Amino acid sequence: MLINYIKSIGQYFIMIYETFKRMTKTSELRRLILQELDDLIVSSLGIVVFISFFIGAVIAIQTALNFSNPFVPKSLIGFAARQSIILEFAPTFVAIIMAGKVGSYITSSIGTMRVSEQIDALEVMGINSLNYLVFPKIVAMCMFPFVIGISMFVGIIGAYFAGVYGGFLSAEEFLTGLQEDFIPFQVFYAFLKSFIFAFILATVPSFHGYYMRGGSLEVGHAATTSFVWTSVIIIFMNYFITQLLLS
Amino acid sequence: MIKVKDLCKSFGDLDVLKGVNAEFEKGKTNLIIGQSGSGKTVFLKCLLGLIKPNSGVIEYNGKAYKSFSKEEKREISTQMGMVFQGGALFDSMTVGENVVFPLKMLTKMSRKDREKRVDEVLDRVNLGDIHDKLPSEISGGMQKRVSIARAIVNRPNFLFCDEPNSGLDPRTASVIDNLIQEITHEYDITTVINTHDMNSVFEIGENIIYLENGIKAWEGNKDNIYKTDNKKLTDFVYASNLFQKVRITQRRGL
Repeated sequence: MLINYIKSIGQYFIMIYETFKRMTKTSELRRLILQELDDLIVSSLGIVVFISFFIGAVIAIQTALNFSNPFVPKSLIGFAARQSIILEFAPTFVAIIMAGKVGSYITSSIGTMRVSEQIDALEVMGINSLNYLVFPKIVAMCMFPFVIGISMFVGIIGAYFAGVYGGFLSAEEFLTGLQEDFIPFQVFYAFLKSFIFAFILATVPSFHGYYMRGGSLEVGHAATTSFVWTSVIIIFMNYFITQLLLS
Repeated sequence: MIKVKDLCKSFGDLDVLKGVNAEFEKGKTNLIIGQSGSGKTVFLKCLLGLIKPNSGVIEYNGKAYKSFSKEEKREISTQMGMVFQGGALFDSMTVGENVVFPLKMLTKMSRKDREKRVDEVLDRVNLGDIHDKLPSEISGGMQKRVSIARAIVNRPNFLFCDEPNSGLDPRTASVIDNLIQEITHEYDITTVINTHDMNSVFEIGENIIYLENGIKAWEGNKDNIYKTDNKKLTDFVYASNLFQKVRITQRRGL
C-alpha cells in the first residue's frame, strides 16, 4: 500500500513535468484557457459569493453572542470577523468548497474522456494530451486568488450587515474594529496560500481523472477520491504554509 | 506498409503478445481477428504507439519506429488516422469542430482551406448536413462515420480502426465496412482493422491475421478462409450456425 502511495506521488510529479512539455498551438490554447476560466472561475462565483456572505454574517453573530463581558469593546466583532475571513475562511474554506465543485468537475470530465478513449484520440493525433487538458486548467486557476478577494470582500459585507442591522454594534464600531491592528502581510499570506491551493485544485483532480481506469462507475469513484485527496492536501498545505509564514 | 517482427508485450506476469509477426500492405484492408482477450487491441495500440512493446520491431514504410527521432515520431503520428471503437468524438465540440480538429492542431492550413477539406470529407462519408450537431445528437452509425471523417481529414498514410462496426445494426455495419474499404482503395492507404465481426471478414478481408492467445495462428484472405483446415480458426469463424452453412455452401461450390 505504501509503495502504491509513493508510486502515485511520483506519477503526479511526472504528470506535472509532462504538462509543461510539447505545448499546444497558441490559438487553441487561448480558446481552451478562456473556456476553463468560464467553467472553473466564473461559474463558481455565485456559490462563493453566497457562502461567503452568510458565513461572514454567522461569524459576526457568533462573535457578538460570545462577548458578554461589557468591558470588551464591541469593535472586536469587526476585528474578529476580519481576521477569521481573511486568514482562514476565504482562502482555506473556499478552497475546500472549490475542491468539491471544481475538483469533481475536473476529475469527471477528464475521467470521462479517458473512458471514452478521447484522450487516446488526442495522443494518436500527436497532441500532448496532458498539456491540452491540464495546462489550461492550471492557467485558469491562477485567477483563483481573485475569487478569494471577492470572498473576503463579500464575507466582510455579510459580517457588517449581520452585526450592524442585527443590532449587535454600530457601523462606526464595526469599521473601527475592521481597521484595528491591520497587518498587510496577512493579506499577502492569504493570497499566497490561495495561489498554492489553486495549483493543487487544478492538478490533483486532473491526476485522478487522467490516470483512472475502468468505466463510468470508476469515474464516480475517482471524483470522490479526488475530492478527499484534494481536501487533505489543502488542509496539510494550510498548516505547512501557516507554520512557515506566520509562526 | 507496416511490418511487425517478433512483437512481445506483457502486463506483469500476463503475456499478451508472444512474438507476433505481420505485414500490412498499402491499399489493402488488413484485418486482425481473434477472440476477446486474444491481444488484438493491445496489438493495435502497439502499432499506434499508445502502448510500448517489451520487444520486437514495428516498421513504417521500411523504417523501424524505434530508430525514429522525436521529430520523426511526431511526423509519423500525423500520418495516422484512428477510428475508435466508441467513436471517441469530443463531446464538447460539434461534428464540424471534431472533424476540423486535426487540421487546426497539426497543419498550418488557412481557415478557408480547412473548411473546404472538412466539407469534402463529410460529403465523402455522406454526412454533408450535420456540421453543427453535437455528437450526442446523432446516431451511433453517424458517429462512426464522423470518426472516419476525422481520421481521414488529414490525408493519413495509415488508417487504424478498432472494431468500427461494433454496436451497429447489420446494414449500417456493412455501410461502414464498405466505406472503409472504398477509402482505403481511393486514398491508397494502409488500413488495419481490428474486428471480430465475421460479416466484415467475409466482406472486406483482403488480408486477414488471426490472433490466438497472443500468437498469430493463421494468415490469409477472405477467399481462402473457406478452405482452411486450421481448427482454431474454423472454430472461431464458424461458431455461428449461419456461417457454418455459408462454409458448407462455399465448399460445395454452390
